Amino acid sequence: MIIEMLSLPFMQRALIVGLLIAVCAALVGVSLVLRHNSMIGDGLSHTAFSAFALATVFGFLPLAFALPVVIVSSFFVLRLSKNRKVHGDAAIGVLSASSLAIGTFAISVSKGVNIDLNSYLFGSILSVSWLDVLYSAILAVIVIGLYLFAYHRIFAITFDEDFAKSVGVKTEVYDAIFAIICSAVIVLGMRLLGSLLISSLIIFPTLTAMRMSRTFKGVVAMSAAVSVVAFLAGLFASYITAAPTGATVVLANLVIFIFATILGRITK
Amino acid sequence: MSTILELKKLSLGFGENKVISNANLSIESGDFVCIVGANGAGKSTLVKAILGLIKPLSGEIEYRNGLAHTQIGYLPQETRPDNNFPATVEEIVLSGCLGHMGWKPFYCHKEKQHVKRSLKTLGINDLAGRSFMDLSGGQKQKVLLARSLSATTKMLILDEPSNNLDHKSRRDFYRTLKTLNRERGLTILMITHDLDADDLIGNKIIAIKEGSARMVATKDYLEELK
Repeated sequence: MIIEMLSLPFMQRALIVGLLIAVCAALVGVSLVLRHNSMIGDGLSHTAFSAFALATVFGFLPLAFALPVVIVSSFFVLRLSKNRKVHGDAAIGVLSASSLAIGTFAISVSKGVNIDLNSYLFGSILSVSWLDVLYSAILAVIVIGLYLFAYHRIFAITFDEDFAKSVGVKTEVYDAIFAIICSAVIVLGMRLLGSLLISSLIIFPTLTAMRMSRTFKGVVAMSAAVSVVAFLAGLFASYITAAPTGATVVLANLVIFIFATILGRITK
Repeated sequence: MSTILELKKLSLGFGENKVISNANLSIESGDFVCIVGANGAGKSTLVKAILGLIKPLSGEIEYRNGLAHTQIGYLPQETRPDNNFPATVEEIVLSGCLGHMGWKPFYCHKEKQHVKRSLKTLGINDLAGRSFMDLSGGQKQKVLLARSLSATTKMLILDEPSNNLDHKSRRDFYRTLKTLNRERGLTILMITHDLDADDLIGNKIIAIKEGSARMVATKDYLEELK
């Protein structure tokens, strides 16, 4: 069955894009989750939904329109999350709901445009193109390269931003890089996994890894591994049950998380 | 003693809100200076300006004797990371070396030796491989002090380091600071809220009140309080 599954071109594309995005999301997720910024991914995925919907309605190239919109939103959200006068979580909530409303409204009132709302919200394995494969590969090279080159600086910022700044680490530059990468992960992964579920790919692997390792290095490595295993299990489950890939991947992540939690309690 | 840090007509604040105005202060090498003042007086703002984390509204900060603001060991007010942060003591203390690594992506033998020395100085070399989340409050504070020590050979800035420490851990922590100041000649600037004589262990005080910062000898300050 696996050979049959992998002989299908759309499954090959989904497998490659999914694996690359799973690794990127997990790596970016470690820093976001540990800095208590994991909801940023959720807010941005809703913005991506709205951007894709508007691009389709107005006839723009979806990726070319969505990526800059989400990047601009990520800078905005990041700024809000650092502003002590504003409740960052409330602002993200407002952004999420508004984006979802704008996207749904645009799709509903547009005439002559045939859009499958479900595929935007929960992902569609058929929508992944070879161009997505190329973009995902470029993104993976950038993210893995960043982690290899700046691992210790990423650790310092994640652990204690003020201290990192005091020893000369350009925290604003890293924040901007993370915002762009997070946006790219969401925009590229959204068509496969859906806007409602893509952010869980950023959050789940880190939470699971934190139950399996007590070092930063361990959490980074484990998070990437968990994300890959959960994606493979989810993709296979999606193929045999014909359920949306986004849902099965998240369920696979949930099962691994519960298993890791129970195992952690027993071995404690 | 020679001057290591000089603040000239320094004004600090945020937008229209001036917190400190026209401060002229001079810190000598080997000084142990306690910074005191009410909540919101501008103590943290002052040290953040010295660390280069915020820009002054006006005035100058001069670093002397080879000191650079990225080579000051800083112990922030609160431990930012939560208690469940997954990291070993060694990973954390090594991050103190980033200020003198340039663009090098990996720690070399030199940095690792430096970290070993920092841990040994504070008597916590046996904790190197331990997870940060498994340590007591006092041990965590020593680990963060070791990280600050890895960042500098000249100056430490501590922002209310005794918060969340019990009495015994606090005394132990201050004893360590005194040793670092006397035996290694480290200049120390420490913000403290406690005005009891036990805590005011420095030789000088920077008192911040209603926008002005003045420096006095500790014994004179204690006399003023009586």
